[in-house]
Amino acid sequence: MSKTLLDIKNLHAEIAEEGKAILKGLNLTVKAGEIHAIMGTNGAGKSTLASVISGKDGYEITEGTVEMDGIDLLELDPDERAKEGLFLAFQYPVEIPGVSNINFLRTALNEIKEYRKEEPISAKDFMSMVREKSKLVELDAKLASRSVNEGFSGGEKKRNEIFQMAMLEPKVAILDETDSGLDIDALRIVAAGVNKLKNENNAIILITHYQRLLDYIVPDFVHVLADGKIVKTGDKSLALELEEKGYDWLTEAKTV
Amino acid sequence: MTVVATEKMEKFLSNLVVSSTLSQKEAAEKFRDMDFPTTRNEYWKYTRIGKITNKQFTNRFDQKKDIAIEDYIVSGQYIVIENGLVREDLSQYGLDFKIVFKTETQDSEKYGLDNSHVFTALNNAFYTQAISIHIAPKSVIEEPLQLIFVEHGTEVIANCRIEIEAGKSSQSSLIYTQISENSVSCFNNSITTIEVEENAHFTLHKLQTANDSSLSVSTEQVVQKANSTFKINTFSFSGLLIRNNINILVQGENCETFMNGAIITKDKEHIDNHTFVDHQVPNCYSNENYKYVLDGQSTGVFNGRVVVRKDAQVINAYQNNGNILLSEQASINSKPELEIYADDVKCSHGSTTGQLDENALFYLQARGISKAKARKLLVSAFVGEVIASVNNEKLSDLLHVILKREHNWDF
Repeated sequence: MSKTLLDIKNLHAEIAEEGKAILKGLNLTVKAGEIHAIMGTNGAGKSTLASVISGKDGYEITEGTVEMDGIDLLELDPDERAKEGLFLAFQYPVEIPGVSNINFLRTALNEIKEYRKEEPISAKDFMSMVREKSKLVELDAKLASRSVNEGFSGGEKKRNEIFQMAMLEPKVAILDETDSGLDIDALRIVAAGVNKLKNENNAIILITHYQRLLDYIVPDFVHVLADGKIVKTGDKSLALELEEKGYDWLTEAKTV
Repeated sequence: MTVVATEKMEKFLSNLVVSSTLSQKEAAEKFRDMDFPTTRNEYWKYTRIGKITNKQFTNRFDQKKDIAIEDYIVSGQYIVIENGLVREDLSQYGLDFKIVFKTETQDSEKYGLDNSHVFTALNNAFYTQAISIHIAPKSVIEEPLQLIFVEHGTEVIANCRIEIEAGKSSQSSLIYTQISENSVSCFNNSITTIEVEENAHFTLHKLQTANDSSLSVSTEQVVQKANSTFKINTFSFSGLLIRNNINILVQGENCETFMNGAIITKDKEHIDNHTFVDHQVPNCYSNENYKYVLDGQSTGVFNGRVVVRKDAQVINAYQNNGNILLSEQASINSKPELEIYADDVKCSHGSTTGQLDENALFYLQARGISKAKARKLLVSAFVGEVIASVNNEKLSDLLHVILKREHNWDF
């Protein structure tokens, strides 16, 4: 049996300033080698889930636990979570003028290696790694030396996220609406990259609005998130059903 | 009122020995009749100078045998100035720059120096030496001349006076380095006059890194002749109270003027930059970029004034002031002043103040970079362009060493 990489139990979270509850008892178990898709309407709490797992400020965890490979994530700073092997592909990758992609990634990679008590990567090895991994998402090597996301097109930003994922080789990757706004060519490239990075030792969580992505990255499980909880879990056929019927039948059934 | 001010002046002057020369005796009398400005004076609105005016500085001190300057030397040519007095025995320079130490200054009027300015009057009365630096016409000097201003002792005032003449079609640069050797509340009150002759290129780098009790007021009074280029880069990395006045009179056509500043503060430091570019003639370009990173309870002031006179057409003048506040107690007063009397000009100014971008911080953290390191990356990206404008590897290295020492930043 493959081991559990991410274990979320009865997670309750609210927006710290407003005290507004967003997650209301969410349970999710993700094992090594699995791809999970989380779908749901706007405001269901999908992005909040990604933010809470990765440790973004502004949310208060009022109940529940999040463990990654046996480690309590909620006790860790965002960078420590990343060092333990968590990766979040941002829905809106941030532009950081003046910080080069390369410099930033090398700093990240070496901090992660230091945390894991590994030797830092040499400049030469790093550059050949950059060349190899940027091919994976057909990212122009020139973009790698530019400022982080500055002046990148929407598609380039998303490809850059997957490129970073390839460089950092996480245990658990959460892709927050990585497909939104992509044209079909860019979507294919991103999906092909993700599929290549997927193996039996890691796990991927896709947060998405659209079933379309799941034609390219085929999930083992599809979960429906509504009102802060997972209300239904199925296989990939559930996504097709949602595409056809919408979400109302799920939430209505619950209120009855 | 006058009586009170005079008492204050008398007290301020009580430990200062007036020179025996007639002109300085007169200058001392002029100074005695003045008042120190208060914040009611627009020019001093955001800078209280009580930390200076409440002291009784002395201009007497015992010369140190040795001064530890090794860590600061970034050029093969340097002059060491101890509390305003040149130490020829510790200095080293060749004949590229024509250097003369004088007891009298030239006529400061031609540079437009405002002698009614109280700190100028103070300098006029108490400078002991004027360092005259002349760059011969057509000479191209690769290696910069470094002036190392060392302060030491307690409540010692240094009235430094420097006169620079960059000859026709010459190209050269100077580096000022203000440092401290165990000084307590010392005051550096300096005046530099610079004449950039026709077609000359002259650059002045100023590194201010004395200590957290140091007080400094300096004025660079610059005149630019036709087709000349003048650059000044100011790096203020430590000091309790620093006020820099840069006044540039652009008198010849087709000139270029650049002013850059990187100001990094902590604790209760107060750093004030007042710049003034006077475009008196047409067809010139000026560009100003000052970046402040303020931490602790420190305060910054930026006042950038640009005047374009009536007949000074086709002027391009750009000004940018960006500020990052790293703590809730830090503050900045930013004031651009554009006065344009000509009609065919392009002028712009921008001022931004904010904290570090939280989203960018989180993004970096989410990739495994610690918060402290992420802050450094963002700050370095912010001031990096100013430091990069130095174009001198040794100086750039020194800037990084000082940033690490004073602010624990290793970028």
